[in-house]
Amino acid sequence: MTNTESEFEGIHLLKGNYAAAYAARAANVQVVTAFPITPQTLVVEKISELVDSGKMNCEFIRMESEHSVMTGLIGASIAGARTFTGTSGQGLLYMSEPVHWAAGTRLPIVMSIASRGIAPPWNIWADFSDVITQRDSGWLIQLTATHQEIYDSILMAYKISEDPDVMLPSMVAYGGFILSHTSKPVDMPPQAEIDAFLPQIPDQGWEHIFLDAERPMMHGALIMPGDFYQEFRMKIQLAQIRAKDKIKQVSKKFGEKFGRYYGNGLFEEYNSSDAEYIIINCGEIAKQMEIAVDSLRKEGYKVGMIRLRTYRPFPSSELVQAVKHAKIVGVVDRATAFGSPTGGPISTDVRAALQDDPNTRNLTVVPFINGIGGRDVLPEEQRGQFETLFHVLDKGTYPKTKDLMDKTYWTGTIDRRDS
Amino acid sequence: MTNMKDVKTIPYRDREFFLQGNATCAGCGLDLSLRWALKALGPKTVLVTPASCLNVVIGIWPKAAPDFPFINMVFAGGASAATGVYHGLKARGIEDYTVMTYAGDGGTTDIGIQALSGAAERGTNIIYVCYDNEAYMNTGIQRSSSTPVGVMTTTTPFGKTEQKKNLPAIMAAHNIPYVATASVADPLDLYDKFKKAKDIKGLKYIHIYAPCPPGWRIPSEKSVEVAKMAIDNGMWILYEIEDGIFRLTGKSKRLTDPKKRKPIHDYLKIQGRFRLVKEEQIKELEQYRDYLWNQVEKELLYQQMEEKTP
Repeated sequence: MTNTESEFEGIHLLKGNYAAAYAARAANVQVVTAFPITPQTLVVEKISELVDSGKMNCEFIRMESEHSVMTGLIGASIAGARTFTGTSGQGLLYMSEPVHWAAGTRLPIVMSIASRGIAPPWNIWADFSDVITQRDSGWLIQLTATHQEIYDSILMAYKISEDPDVMLPSMVAYGGFILSHTSKPVDMPPQAEIDAFLPQIPDQGWEHIFLDAERPMMHGALIMPGDFYQEFRMKIQLAQIRAKDKIKQVSKKFGEKFGRYYGNGLFEEYNSSDAEYIIINCGEIAKQMEIAVDSLRKEGYKVGMIRLRTYRPFPSSELVQAVKHAKIVGVVDRATAFGSPTGGPISTDVRAALQDDPNTRNLTVVPFINGIGGRDVLPEEQRGQFETLFHVLDKGTYPKTKDLMDKTYWTGTIDRRDS
Repeated sequence: MTNMKDVKTIPYRDREFFLQGNATCAGCGLDLSLRWALKALGPKTVLVTPASCLNVVIGIWPKAAPDFPFINMVFAGGASAATGVYHGLKARGIEDYTVMTYAGDGGTTDIGIQALSGAAERGTNIIYVCYDNEAYMNTGIQRSSSTPVGVMTTTTPFGKTEQKKNLPAIMAAHNIPYVATASVADPLDLYDKFKKAKDIKGLKYIHIYAPCPPGWRIPSEKSVEVAKMAIDNGMWILYEIEDGIFRLTGKSKRLTDPKKRKPIHDYLKIQGRFRLVKEEQIKELEQYRDYLWNQVEKELLYQQMEEKTP
């Protein structure tokens, strides 16, 4: 093994952002567009370094804005290339228009998101509210929890997005700084094995898009209300529905090949199969919540946790099956959905999903919001979230604490009355 | 240079790439310019068009007038999407296509200028065309930064009070290999400029004077006539800047002497969009013309000096 090979294979201590960059390289991406934004910047810095030192072979374009980053990828993807970029927070909001365009054109673009809080006030720390703003764009959205999972999810994302039954772009999100700037060992499989799992795209490009003067094709033409606009939109939703099975299959295949499983691909269960108290959580704080689950289990509480990986498509029926034996469910959001029924995006979705099945219709769903703008979420706070569930189930009332606002617990809130 | 007698030799003289039956208005400057541009570029051309009339006139789905790959794009993404197309093709080893953005003046001088400037600075190998009808025509005649003083639009119902933005000069300041102006009044000059642009590496910028009969409130059959008047009176100057060398082209070559430029009154009178123009605004328009020609003069003088210096 030469030095060059060893940099990209085997176990290496990697920042989350570098894991994303190395995954893009491993996926043999052909066009990368880039624009710096904290905390994603290290992704494109690393790719710059790899490209300029000849260790990564792709067209790399330093764009002048995120809007151009995404429109550039749309152009490159229509031209038939495998594409990648990374962004964060405000950058994702700025590119929102072409983000929707990419899904509408059914382009299998993959984008890593080092998630951060939305301004104002300026905030650059972990918070999935940025991704949530693109929730309805048609992109597949994965919320990852570890450095390894960032790497693995990007590889899986291409496999899922490029499936002819899906053909939708993917976002792979992870908490800014908490994952983006910390280092953990990441196991990178040999390139030949990755290539076998994720072959390069065929020479003729995608099936549904091509640039060929011999067969000229029009992209994105104006369409009248009486024509197929509604049907094209239906097809995006259909692809989202189909993507659930694809995600499960790809995740399983990935596990069989590389020995790493992420639950069923849609979510990962932790002691939840016999749990009476289940909390649905996501991202790195969900991984940390395993500590609270373990300690409460030791004390005899039948608690469990489900870490949501796939936010879009939302795994409604699968979640129903996973929580139907529970006595109460909590949902933790590290994001805000202002004005929604709970204030939290995932808790609102969970409530809607559980409503759909007679077995879960009467389950109480307690919404939690925490860690907004990168605020620390400690294991004790997460234990407290379970304890709130105990109280609600036992007493039938919501304990009145400083965190409670309209039946949602904003845990870790600073008590202004004390200051 | 292609002369009238050479027209027969134009390879794609009889081949239309932007097909008949498209939805352009009669006398549309966009349609005229695009047909000639494509005759120069030939079939291996990919076109990216941000929001503009061109998104609509190409035909509403499932009809399509372009007989070449055509990509509709978001308003601000004309240059950047073309950048992506170029690099996407290059990544696949395809380098014999011309990637071109065809945008209106709003999509170029206003909302698209950031992406255009970025692509120019990076030297992306595309042709960027602004077909300038001097307002947002697709949305129903609103002022843009390319609208001249005195023009009545739906957002300047009493006439615009600001001068037109000189975008070719801004693009020239990017020090790109090729900047040209063109007009539907001189299709052969336009043809030659696209021919030239096709073979130059880097970002080529072509700014086309393209009358819009409904927006300018002129009869359809006067479209080319108005464009000719703009050249004759010096309000629109035909030139090209190739590797920094400035050159007047077409009829504009003969107009360096201000006395040879026709008065602008007839030009304003024939166009309904100028019907509210005030006397002092006519002076402002003349001042703008003087400003344009002063720039030309400086360029020419500078070049004479350069040539004299060994």
